[in-house]
Amino acid sequence: MRVVIMGCGRVGAALAGDLSREGKEVLILDTDPAAFRFLPDDFKGTTFVGNGLDIETLEKVRIREADVFVSATRGDNRNVMAAQIAKHIFGVKVCASRVFDPLREEMYRNLGLRTINPTRVQARRLKRIIEAPDDEAANVIVGEFMQQDELMRQEGA
Amino acid sequence: MYIIVVGGGKVGFHLAKELVEANHEVLVIEQDSTRAKEIADELGDIVMEGDGCEATVLDKAGTKRADILLAVTGDDEDNLVSCQVAKERFNVARTVARINNPNNEEIFRILNVDITVSATSAILAHIEPELPTHHLIPLMKLKGSGLELVEVRIPDDSGIVDQPIRNIRLPFQSLIALVISADGQPKVPTADTVIHAGDEVVAVTMHETEEQLRDALMSPLPARSF
Repeated sequence: MRVVIMGCGRVGAALAGDLSREGKEVLILDTDPAAFRFLPDDFKGTTFVGNGLDIETLEKVRIREADVFVSATRGDNRNVMAAQIAKHIFGVKVCASRVFDPLREEMYRNLGLRTINPTRVQARRLKRIIEAPDDEAANVIVGEFMQQDELMRQEGA
Repeated sequence: MYIIVVGGGKVGFHLAKELVEANHEVLVIEQDSTRAKEIADELGDIVMEGDGCEATVLDKAGTKRADILLAVTGDDEDNLVSCQVAKERFNVARTVARINNPNNEEIFRILNVDITVSATSAILAHIEPELPTHHLIPLMKLKGSGLELVEVRIPDDSGIVDQPIRNIRLPFQSLIALVISADGQPKVPTADTVIHAGDEVVAVTMHETEEQLRDALMSPLPARSF
């Protein structure tokens, strides 16, 4: 399976690491070459400096041959525009984006992109830890969150 | 008409000014508060501070009743999303996007933006007749039909030089409407009209088959004879 990821922030880099460890062919794009420092040491994929909104860049990274395109930059608009280009211009089957604005996230999900909105979950989790009676109880709750995430990761693997 | 302008830069500002002078109801949505105030000082109370890509902001702006939304920021991705939100959530009949990267024109069209305006393409269209490059020069679009008029100068090495029009493999829905010879003499061609190097050819074509037409008229491969 060939995966192209746009945006090498912490999330993009962690995803690239996970997929590369599973033996998938991963190419990660970022406009800033310094961003690749977030990649784990065991990352075996390719890095490419360029803008994922640019058709020529996408052609250079052979987007047509990708099975999956993921956009995880800090900009919602950049993420959904790139995913739509990958889907509608280059026919990539699975296009997933992170979208911070819940309304935009919902709209683009309805328009056929696979989207996640991290803000609601994080707000709920922050609320849980500030409502904990003391720091110790808060740390226990954070431990539960980590367990939940690990469970989800195992189910996904 | 109620017209929403997203982005209060130079383009947005002058656009809003013209539209107000033409007695339209105009609202400019500008993210930067200092810039928003500057526009309000010049044009009056027609500015809203906010992100024109956000549904909540567009809702407050009364986008539901807008006739047109013009997204004219300097960022193509912002203009695209603004138009898409206006269309999907608020059913705005006409969305217009400014495009900074001319490569995005086709993308925006596929993604349902009604009209795109690219300064690069506009300037190119003006200077292209002066350039010695071998391109189709768009003359005009025939509204609503998907057809357009284009002009091309036949290069010396074109495969159709000294061939009658009947030998040219024109794409579907394309037609050679006029041939202007190098001495400036225009004539309405027939199937027997022979094309010479340096002739100006005016053709009607579909937007989709423009490239095939260019190949048919300009590529150096010999035209197929029947």
